[in-house]
Amino acid sequence: MARPVRFNLNVKDFTDRGINQIEMPEGHMGEGFFATSLDKVVGLARKNSLWPLPFATSCCGIEFMATMGSHYDLSRFGSERVGFSPRQCDLLMVMGTIAKKMGPVVRQVYLQMAEPRWVMAVGACASSGGIFDTYSVLQGIDQVIPVDIYVPGCPPRPEAIIDGFLKIQDLAGDESLRRRNSEKYQALMTSYGIE
Amino acid sequence: MPLNNETIIEKIRSQFGDQILSAEEPYGMLTVTVKNDVNLKVLTFLHDSEELSFRFLTDLTGVHYPDKKGEELCVVYHLHNLVENVRMRIKIYVPIEKPDVYTATGLFSGANWMERETYDFYGINFVGHPDLKRVLNVDEMDYFPMRKEFPLEDQTRVDKDDEMFGR
Repeated sequence: MARPVRFNLNVKDFTDRGINQIEMPEGHMGEGFFATSLDKVVGLARKNSLWPLPFATSCCGIEFMATMGSHYDLSRFGSERVGFSPRQCDLLMVMGTIAKKMGPVVRQVYLQMAEPRWVMAVGACASSGGIFDTYSVLQGIDQVIPVDIYVPGCPPRPEAIIDGFLKIQDLAGDESLRRRNSEKYQALMTSYGIE
Repeated sequence: MPLNNETIIEKIRSQFGDQILSAEEPYGMLTVTVKNDVNLKVLTFLHDSEELSFRFLTDLTGVHYPDKKGEELCVVYHLHNLVENVRMRIKIYVPIEKPDVYTATGLFSGANWMERETYDFYGINFVGHPDLKRVLNVDEMDYFPMRKEFPLEDQTRVDKDDEMFGR
């Protein structure tokens, strides 16, 4: 017997709930115009289309794969496009143990990214060396590059990675357009030996 | 007649005599300790001899015995006769002040990276090696990490943030 075709007769009505859209920034609105500051518009655009660059070396990378998969689906937050060239990406996600020999590679990737760039250290190893308290492992990637958000866990669950990602979005959305030219930021870069 | 440990040790002894320091069979595997300046001669003999023909170098590594004065560092060669499927070990001991050992790269090409690794972790100086430099660790490393001369936790390290670990 042929398998009967079933139709979804119980279509749920979402109209009263509405589709979750990005909130409008503060500003003045009148008939046919809307005025706000450039910072807010640029921040809005940046935070909702972050392109992550996964730098996955171990088990945290597996959790990231789950995060990108259909169940957790990081693309709901505007990062559908995972870039594999540092020159295209805004967010470096370092996931996994970074050996000392890998340190210069992470740094090189960071240097190849264009400003503005954010860095997220996912998991205990990327944040602090984790259980690998040994001669060959870098004790946290913040020894070679500045880090914006640390996600704890060994490995962190996809929810935790998404939470960290939302924190990055907050940073990106609220960032002043002048921040990357400020003396404080220059001093931070200089402290890492980056011109 | 299959190749057994007695035949092997007899042949080595008849060739090298008192250059052989000891021979034992832990868990049935023949282990021969030779003087450190004849390691290459012994390996070549085992390789070239038609009957013995140990022509495959399975492994080459180092051991550090901090309490043995004058012979702190050991180099171990694991050899395999692929035809008879017989394995054996050759050991040599060198003092830590002058850890010079003749390279086996001329005999086994596979010894190249293994000797570099042994140099990397134990600091054994393989005389005649074509490119003796670190292979696994960072080039800037100025110590040999597998030597037993460090406390369990290195107190001199500055790259660990104590605040985070309650130390």
